[in-house]
Amino acid sequence: MSLDILHQAEAWRAAGEEVAIATVTETWGSSPRPAGSQLLVSRSGRMEGSVSGGCIEGAVAEAAMTTIATGVPQLLDFGVTDEQAWEVGLACGGKLKVFVEKLS
Amino acid sequence: MNAATLAALNAARAALRPVVLATRLPDGHQMLLPDEAASPALNAAALVALAKDKNGTQEIDGSAWFLHAYAPPVRLVIVGAVHIAQSLVPMAAPLGVQIIVVDPRRSFATEERFPNVTLMDDWPDDAMKAIAPDSRTAVITLTHDPKLDDPALDQALRSDAFYIGSLGSRRTHAARLARLAALGHDEAALARIKGPVGLDIGAVSAPEIALSILAEFVAYRRRLGRPA
Repeated sequence: MSLDILHQAEAWRAAGEEVAIATVTETWGSSPRPAGSQLLVSRSGRMEGSVSGGCIEGAVAEAAMTTIATGVPQLLDFGVTDEQAWEVGLACGGKLKVFVEKLS
Repeated sequence: MNAATLAALNAARAALRPVVLATRLPDGHQMLLPDEAASPALNAAALVALAKDKNGTQEIDGSAWFLHAYAPPVRLVIVGAVHIAQSLVPMAAPLGVQIIVVDPRRSFATEERFPNVTLMDDWPDDAMKAIAPDSRTAVITLTHDPKLDDPALDQALRSDAFYIGSLGSRRTHAARLARLAALGHDEAALARIKGPVGLDIGAVSAPEIALSILAEFVAYRRRLGRPA
């Protein structure tokens, strides 16, 4: 069986990767993944896990790259009223918050 | 998250110790709960999150905290290292459950047939005493053999197991219930056993039967023992 997200994070870090962890912290409406769902992103571009049905992973990965570079965590808002979310297409009509932090 | 927090969290999970990772938003300050150094309100909220197995953001002590509950995995006890178990185990593994396969017949319960699971070759009554099923445990018997199934079901009914299932036709199941009634289990207790086990999806092959059993198991797990 594949490693779970937190063991994967430890393994990537042990292998010398810089890693950010994105976690769904709140959802409203028909968000596809519940609070606590996680996406792992490495500086080299590896991804593991998910925070949505695939609609916002790209935007979250981009934010993760910033957090990896700066070390500053971010609380991202995605929702239908949000112009950025419209661009990345949260087609389900749900709304969610995602916290992105660097594994230091 | 810093590496020390991650290591402590993974160590707690490995030790099956329930913990909550509390993250203050948006600055990311973190702590593992329960912790004597944390406020009573945070510790109380953490215990509720663990009991409900529910993650979420809450306003506590004037700050927004994301509480991520890491309760030990639900245990799935499978009695009978039979053909259907060989389908059931690999399908159950990605559900995030801890799988325990019980079968005293050593030619059945082999590592080769069941890699990466806990195998117990004790008799089911001894195995069940050691396992001590609780409200986060499901028990499924698959052997069709009363010598093996009955003691496991007897013990499961005396526990808080949230799901009890037993493979067998309606006729087999009726005979099984009569034997268990003779052991002192009343009608309400016997009604806890799902038999024939699994959702009725017309399953025929071993993987299909495994799917129907796991679907019913998930219904019980997610609806906290009150399936529709």
